[in-house]
Amino acid sequence: MSELRLMKGNEVIAEAAIRCGCDAYFGYPITPQSEVMETLMELRPWETTGMVVLQAESEVASINMVYGAASAGKRAMTSSSSPGISLMAEGLSYLAGAELPCLVVNVSRGGPGLGTIQPSQADYFMATRGGGHGDFHLIVLAPSSVQEMHDFVFLAFDLAFKYRNPAMILADGVIGQMMEKVELHAPRPRRTTGEMLAEVGSWAVTGKAGRPRNIVTSVELDPLRHEKFNQKLQAKYALMREKEARHEELLCADAEYLIVAYGISARIGQKAVELLRAEGLNVGLFRPITLFPFPEKPLAERAKQLKGILCVELSAGQMIEDVRLTVGNTLPVAHFGRNGGVIHSPNEVVDAMKRLINSE
Amino acid sequence: MKEEIIIAGFGGQGVLSMGKILAYSGIMQGQEVTWMPSYGPEMRGGTANVTVILSDERISSPIVHEFDTAIILNQQSLDKFEPMVKRGGLLLYDPNGLTAPPTRTDIAVHRVAATAEAAKMGNAKVFNMIVLGAFLKVKPLVKLENVVKGLQKSLPERAHKLIPANEQAILRGMEIAEALSA
Repeated sequence: MSELRLMKGNEVIAEAAIRCGCDAYFGYPITPQSEVMETLMELRPWETTGMVVLQAESEVASINMVYGAASAGKRAMTSSSSPGISLMAEGLSYLAGAELPCLVVNVSRGGPGLGTIQPSQADYFMATRGGGHGDFHLIVLAPSSVQEMHDFVFLAFDLAFKYRNPAMILADGVIGQMMEKVELHAPRPRRTTGEMLAEVGSWAVTGKAGRPRNIVTSVELDPLRHEKFNQKLQAKYALMREKEARHEELLCADAEYLIVAYGISARIGQKAVELLRAEGLNVGLFRPITLFPFPEKPLAERAKQLKGILCVELSAGQMIEDVRLTVGNTLPVAHFGRNGGVIHSPNEVVDAMKRLINSE
Repeated sequence: MKEEIIIAGFGGQGVLSMGKILAYSGIMQGQEVTWMPSYGPEMRGGTANVTVILSDERISSPIVHEFDTAIILNQQSLDKFEPMVKRGGLLLYDPNGLTAPPTRTDIAVHRVAATAEAAKMGNAKVFNMIVLGAFLKVKPLVKLENVVKGLQKSLPERAHKLIPANEQAILRGMEIAEALSA
């Protein structure tokens, strides 16, 4: 049975974590995502499902607690906002290096440095290029509605465990702070010890009685063996690229121009498409849902019919690099985006698209 | 139907909760809704505003650059949002504390003396529901029964005893809305 509610994106992350059978949340408060832990504390899931909710002493501690819980095969998560995610960079690299599944939520704000507390999408590079040292990737999901904040908690955990890889929900201050109608899934119970062992018993540190010892580590001193391990990681990312890229298209069938945007910029871009269509211009919206893996194939296919692409992001232009890698120099690719915490309005996007069209 | 609304005033006037009740009322009426607040340091003691969109169809952007309706509760908000009302749209305001009233003639302007009325009713806290009532009188987007359901959903259980007073304030607001132009 599902349930309709009006909720903030941040609140729904907490609600979905409990409902998807998460075992543990570790976090440290930071605007604009503090409602995640506040909601968890209010819902007191340790009294119902047994889920652990703990305020750590820092983001560094949070991510390392996630590492510990994930090593034991638990469904563990943390959430933060941009500067806090920077502090987690080392932990993310270790999680990826130890092939540990977990969920990290970044409700991003304007940077660099301590920056502003207002919405931003300037963490695209950090999220999609791993976010720490070494050759690794996170699975990155970009919700553009409160409903997707809910749904992607379930999806992120499923993908993280499927690939034994950390997953990130990359949201922004708007998606975190706004309220929308959301349909909550029926609760999925936490895994029993037996179910957990069936899923992770081959690698997790669960007590070795009756089986050979499992070791969770990211260290390997022999470079040849470590190269083999890196090749295994890369094979995993190649498989993700093939199987897990997700996107949404809106009014693309007859489009001559495309807005490519994710998260809140996709919503603003959708409104811009409505306004441009009302003026008779054939514009569509292409929304990457997974930022890693980036939906290269469908975008390359769609680009064949296009005269130009406008990338819209709350940054100085980051996703645009993946768009250019995808379509090459076959057509003009322009950027538009406010940044530092300022949000572009639909009419600014409309004007930017008209500049692109008129520059032909 | 699609209505893009900005509600703006001082922090503490119940701007955000009025928006939340309106949004929940929309859900109770089967509509799509978004509620997007200004958030951050400017809210404490400063201005607060929230964009609420009610629609029969999926809503694209929760951020808009012009509004069908502006509900204005202080001078700063009037100065900022009066120019952003669509031609033919609605501006509803409380004259309390305003030094320069609205001047546009291409929109419908309605006045609701909610601060004064709440004082008369002896309950300053229902001020925002008087404003909501006045808005729903001018634009009956949601039925009163759905607003009451919205109140039940958005208020915590312990505050449900206050619902009759809020409902009464909504009804009072419907009575005292004054059209200044049409």
